[in-house]
Amino acid sequence: MTAAQWLLILSWAGLTLYALLGGADFGGGFWDALAGGARRGLAQRRLIEHSVGPVWEANHVWLIFVIVMFWTCFPGVFASVASTLYIPLTLVALGIIARGAAFAFRKASTELWQLRLFGGGFALSSVLTPFFLGTVAGGVASGRVPYGLAKGDLVGSWWNPTSILAGVLAVGTTAYLAAAFLTADARRGGQIQLADAFRRRGLGTAVVTGIIALGGIFILRSDAPALYAGLTGRALPIVVLSALAGLGSMALLIARRYGLTRITAALAVAAVLWGWAIAQYPVMLPPHVTVSDAAATPAVLHATLATVIVGMVLLVPSLLWLFTLFQRTPQPAQPNNGPAVTP
Amino acid sequence: MGGLLATAATPADLMAARLQMAVSLGWHIVLACLGVGMPALAVFAEWRGHRTGDEAYVRLARRWAKAMGVLFAVGAVSGTILSFEMGVLWPGLMATYGQVLGLPFALEGFAFFIEAIFLGIYLYAWDRLPPRLHMLTGLPLCVAGVASAFFVVCANAWMNQPRGFDLVGGRVTRVRPWAAMFNPATPLQTIHMILAAFMVAGFGVAGVYAVGMLRGRRERYHRIGLLLPFTVAAITAPVQIVVGDSLARFLAHGQPAKLAAIEGLNHTGSHIGLSIGGLYIDGQMRYAIRIPDGLSLLVGYRPSTVVQGLDRVPVADRAPVNPVHLGFQAMVAIGTGLFLLGAWLGVAWWRRRDLPRSRWFLRLTAVSGVAAVIALETGWVTTEVGRQPWIVWQHQRTADAVNPAPGLWVGLVVVLAVYVVLTVAIGYVLNLLRTQQITAPQEGWAEVYPP
Repeated sequence: MTAAQWLLILSWAGLTLYALLGGADFGGGFWDALAGGARRGLAQRRLIEHSVGPVWEANHVWLIFVIVMFWTCFPGVFASVASTLYIPLTLVALGIIARGAAFAFRKASTELWQLRLFGGGFALSSVLTPFFLGTVAGGVASGRVPYGLAKGDLVGSWWNPTSILAGVLAVGTTAYLAAAFLTADARRGGQIQLADAFRRRGLGTAVVTGIIALGGIFILRSDAPALYAGLTGRALPIVVLSALAGLGSMALLIARRYGLTRITAALAVAAVLWGWAIAQYPVMLPPHVTVSDAAATPAVLHATLATVIVGMVLLVPSLLWLFTLFQRTPQPAQPNNGPAVTP
Repeated sequence: MGGLLATAATPADLMAARLQMAVSLGWHIVLACLGVGMPALAVFAEWRGHRTGDEAYVRLARRWAKAMGVLFAVGAVSGTILSFEMGVLWPGLMATYGQVLGLPFALEGFAFFIEAIFLGIYLYAWDRLPPRLHMLTGLPLCVAGVASAFFVVCANAWMNQPRGFDLVGGRVTRVRPWAAMFNPATPLQTIHMILAAFMVAGFGVAGVYAVGMLRGRRERYHRIGLLLPFTVAAITAPVQIVVGDSLARFLAHGQPAKLAAIEGLNHTGSHIGLSIGGLYIDGQMRYAIRIPDGLSLLVGYRPSTVVQGLDRVPVADRAPVNPVHLGFQAMVAIGTGLFLLGAWLGVAWWRRRDLPRSRWFLRLTAVSGVAAVIALETGWVTTEVGRQPWIVWQHQRTADAVNPAPGLWVGLVVVLAVYVVLTVAIGYVLNLLRTQQITAPQEGWAEVYPP
């Protein structure tokens, strides 16, 4: 394997982690939006706040990792995608800033109207951002982003059947992941009713997302024949794995095996991303720009690979500590430990 | 593999792209400085509180940690916008040079990861970890913040002193990423930026408590809230003057066209005077106070030092003089003023172990944070506008890097609107935090409303 291939795998792994972890945080915003009125939705929103709060910034950094990896290792591909798809990417950027800011602002607020305002901003941007990220993925996957600066259709490249399908699937996926993750969080916090509520939501989104994905096969066949051929050819085992993992996590949800559900739910989503990559490999962008064509010079690839390996040595233990720290201990039932001091 | 050369965007779209980058970067840089400087203040206060049992320190640490939570979140997402904009606005830069300047960004990515992880732990594990261990989790946060600033400014320094690659027929070959990262501008530019971050954070936080003291709240909490960050900033200020002076001297040989624009100097020669104030009108520096031989003395320590003027720069390659000149003047004036303000406290403390008695000290400290931010922004304008018309100094013009797609000005309008709303909201929320009762940083609305 070449350094370029290794770096592509690492970038795709980063993208997968962003989709799973960052995606679940976006899904938290989705359920926050649908939690209902202030009183009725309080318990759900509190659970979402406690689950998302400590980790969302770290989860978000995976996106920056992916961007930087692509612009360093595949600079022409990055420039082509960013210039042609500048409209949805600008919307994604604004969605990201609105989501992060509103979530932080809501945490610092106490009045109901402030909570509603910032909570609304958090919820709305949590739905729009993954949608537009999905349209970007759909544009690239359906071969609508040619190599070159702003060489593609500035609107049609992301507003087309495959892009819209990918956008809707992205929103559905984030909601599904969040429901699966929150179910376990709720049970660990001793909130059985809440766990049951998110279990129902997880089953519902699994069914809806699954139906959209099945229907999407027909959209891809007419709209993105090359991708369709890849997904039903070389990548078929991965697609089947995704479907099985999706069905498996529904069965596990029904059986209330929430810990295992997390793994199968993540597997179902990850398999979609890797299926896409395998279906398209080695072409990165049309007409025929492959991984080796687009790769940076070897000195850059080697320096980046060394940086990533050394960086992972620092990163992985830190991340594991972050997750175990907030997964191990139950959510504090009476969090006001320590007297509040007045200014 | 052709097609990566941009066709010219319209001048309006180029200007829109530059403004959008300027606004989003100029906005992020303030939050980034607070993100670099504030953890050190909070961790230090927490440590003092733990050591001495002094309640004022404990309360300050909690207060600052909570504000940091908001500022860091907004800083993280406003920084992400910048990495999008590198591609969305400047694909010509990224297509050609992305691989050359990518390494410091990759390193920055990991530093930012460490920052985000330990911020989560520091803020949310306040009651889950033993106090000593909790304080230790603040240290990676401090180190990673400074490291992030270092890596990002390495990339900016490269735009001023591009190294580490060969150009063959317009294509980049033989890239040496470490040489690109450690270019001649790297040492001074990175130190200058990191010191600026501590000045902005120190004076900015001290200013909040100066306002409180002016309103008559003079108890220990407010005094320490002023003194601790102020001391950090006041110690930084004289070092910053030395570093800034070295950086300006570096320009004399490293980027002489930028120094000529900073001074509005038309003619190359020796015995060049220093222009203070003034405006560059019709190709002449007017209304400036001139110190004879001043610039020659500053650059080479002797009046006979030759300084290069704008006459050595082709007309098409000259930066606009006024923003660069005035930006530099404002930065130096404010920097000097902040140094004097710090010295005032130093003298008072040496004589009486107390703050200066004059209310003017509090008034000036109250505005010192805003002044430090203005110095930060004008310094940034000096270096960025002073590099124009190049995005990569003498290698790529900004006009050749911009996205050739039409309609960039729409993006500018939307981004401006979002940032206006965001600025209002963050001001409002920080004010909420200022008046709220102090709670542990992990607590928020979810604890206020009972289940």
